[in-house]
Amino acid sequence: MNENNTKSRREFLVAGLLASAAVAGCSTSNNPFAQDDETIKPSGQMVKLLSVDGQIIEMDKAFLKPVPDLPAVSNSEARRGIPGKKFVMVIDLSRCKNVRACQKACNHMHHVHPGQNWIKVLSMEESAHTAPYWQPTTCMHCDEPPCVKVCPVDATFKRQDGIVLIDSDRCIGCRFCMAACPYSTRVFNWEEPILSKEEAEQAYSCETSTPQKKGTVGKCDFCPDMTRKGELPHCVSACPNGVFMFGDMIQDSVTNGAETFRFSDLIKDKSGYRLLEDLGTKPSVYYLPPVNRNFPYESGLENKYQPDHTYEDAKKLSTKIN
Amino acid sequence: MEKSIYLNSEQITQDLLPQKFGKRGMVWTTILLIIALFGVYAYYRQLRYGLIVTNMRDYVSWGIYISNFVFFVAISLVGSLITAIFRLTNVKWRTPLTRISEIIAVSAIVFAALIIIVDMGRPERFMNLFIHGRIQSPILWDVIVISTYFFISLLLLYFPLLPDFKILLKFKEKTGKRLNKLYRFQGSFWKGTKAQFHISEKSISILCILIIPVAFCIHTVTSWLFATTYRPGWDSTNFGAYFISGAFLAGSGAVVVAMYVFRRYYHLEKYITEMHFEKMGRIVVMLALVYLYFNVNEFLTPAFKMKESEEGLIRQLFIGSYAPMFWFAILVGMIIPIFVLVFKKGRKPLPMFIIGIMVVVGAWFKRYIIVTPTLLHPFLPMQNVPTSFMSYFPSWEEWAIDAGSLAGALLVITFFVRIYPIIPIHETIIEQNEKDESK
Repeated sequence: MNENNTKSRREFLVAGLLASAAVAGCSTSNNPFAQDDETIKPSGQMVKLLSVDGQIIEMDKAFLKPVPDLPAVSNSEARRGIPGKKFVMVIDLSRCKNVRACQKACNHMHHVHPGQNWIKVLSMEESAHTAPYWQPTTCMHCDEPPCVKVCPVDATFKRQDGIVLIDSDRCIGCRFCMAACPYSTRVFNWEEPILSKEEAEQAYSCETSTPQKKGTVGKCDFCPDMTRKGELPHCVSACPNGVFMFGDMIQDSVTNGAETFRFSDLIKDKSGYRLLEDLGTKPSVYYLPPVNRNFPYESGLENKYQPDHTYEDAKKLSTKIN
Repeated sequence: MEKSIYLNSEQITQDLLPQKFGKRGMVWTTILLIIALFGVYAYYRQLRYGLIVTNMRDYVSWGIYISNFVFFVAISLVGSLITAIFRLTNVKWRTPLTRISEIIAVSAIVFAALIIIVDMGRPERFMNLFIHGRIQSPILWDVIVISTYFFISLLLLYFPLLPDFKILLKFKEKTGKRLNKLYRFQGSFWKGTKAQFHISEKSISILCILIIPVAFCIHTVTSWLFATTYRPGWDSTNFGAYFISGAFLAGSGAVVVAMYVFRRYYHLEKYITEMHFEKMGRIVVMLALVYLYFNVNEFLTPAFKMKESEEGLIRQLFIGSYAPMFWFAILVGMIIPIFVLVFKKGRKPLPMFIIGIMVVVGAWFKRYIIVTPTLLHPFLPMQNVPTSFMSYFPSWEEWAIDAGSLAGALLVITFFVRIYPIIPIHETIIEQNEKDESK
């Protein structure tokens, strides 16, 4: 299993989808453990598994194929969202020291183009004499989303659970949403995304925002594929300092994985606020002010963002891969 | 006023028949074709590699394609001014200018539509605008009003041509077989009966009334593509009027340039007279003053307050890196034309021609100034991006495509003039007859 862990979740999903397709194509047998491909030879390495009826069985490792834990969500389902939920995020600025593990995890899981980021950790300072602080910035998943208002083709949309997503199969690439978003959260696929062949051939899903498509817009999606499984978005689980808290406003609870809070209490006790409130966009992301900090601002400087390559270098990189 | 020269209808017809390209015409057309084809090549590269060939990036996500689009929409507005507003207000001297302004309007609006498709990341999904169109989006409003404007303009170009087809068909020898066939296809049903004239006149009147609100819509909606966002520099209630006034000025500048070129090249001194330059000069002064007023209105109040979100942009425009272009657009596009054209000597053909070019060039850079600098002043700081994302200067592909689109628009006008009489023959004869009778 350790080997599997090193693989990315996407690859796991790809393999799973392929396997399920192969199983479905096998009309002679309903047994999912049946050897559907004669070319697979037993490796001799046995693994113990728990069967559905509680028996411990042994299988040759070569016959194991990962299966997706949930069936893929249809486009219309992905557009509706999860009923009875209102997702919300709280970002505690007193805990952030610019580790940018959130950014790395997010970029990795969504195959964000090198040089671009869906999460930015901004070095903020309101004015000359105020204290600087680190501010992770995701999509705000506004309740009055300016991007959705201006989209001419309903490619970006607001779901009933509060999440704003993009349908890259529909986006015409006019970039009006990018001009409209006051948080500059949206990025554009200026060229063919760098993807392995299997990834690129998958069907696009609004919930995973992958595979990304050339000439369309991308952005933070609150990882609805994870929330559907009851798991946390990648940035939340990747952060070593518990900066991000994710949850449901209707259940009134948010968690960073280790701690769980009552959302309303947390916002009241710590004077939570939202960004650019005066614009009336009504974000779903709340910030807790950088007071009683766990780390001084300076501790984040050692990890200051260095553009390790220009965007044009990334282009060369992509030609090497393909 | 000049002495009116006696012209009989044969003379007028001979003068105004479309002429074959001369040597200069061939050179001009070839150069335009080369520029346009180069633009097509640049667009091929963009289709192949994506918008990465441009220098637009995540912050400056709209560049000179969009400012060029605004420029084209602006230029096309002049059609409605000279054809419709002048007709409804009974401005007699407009006759030789109507077709010039209308073909400028049609070709500009066509290339406005094309350049917006060039700007799209997924041009092949254009039909999504109709399949999945959301009427709440200002882009849909633009699609609707621009296509409406295009069709009305086309009809306003076509209906007044009908009596001219009848005249053109008589000159088969001179115009050649192929053109004769074209004229016959487009206008052989026109017999010139009273009833036909009645219908035609009535249709033109209706179209002239219709086109005015549509013209205001195309440029107001175009301004709303910016003003419906929160961005400093775009978030302005002044934007609709600001854009419209600038558009009339830019288009009039273009008409003045075209008047001069056609007059010189086709020896139309008897038809496009100094009086026309004199009158157009007055109009350009008035439009430049109005546009200058809206500019003051647009910048003075935010600069007076210097809100935090606006300050960076205003400083960059007034004294920063965009200051040369900003003041160039104001000086060359408005102030110098006003100072030259208030004098009678300034309204002679040659100075008018130079001022016309200045107005058009100033107008192009003005649109650049409206689109790009704003995007470099987002609300949240520009961080965590490659350095190339934090500035913008168009790539050669962008310049080539923009130049190609301008050349394309000029080509459309050039071929139009080759095929059709640029000054309405029939209307000129009628007017001459009226003049003779009144003597």
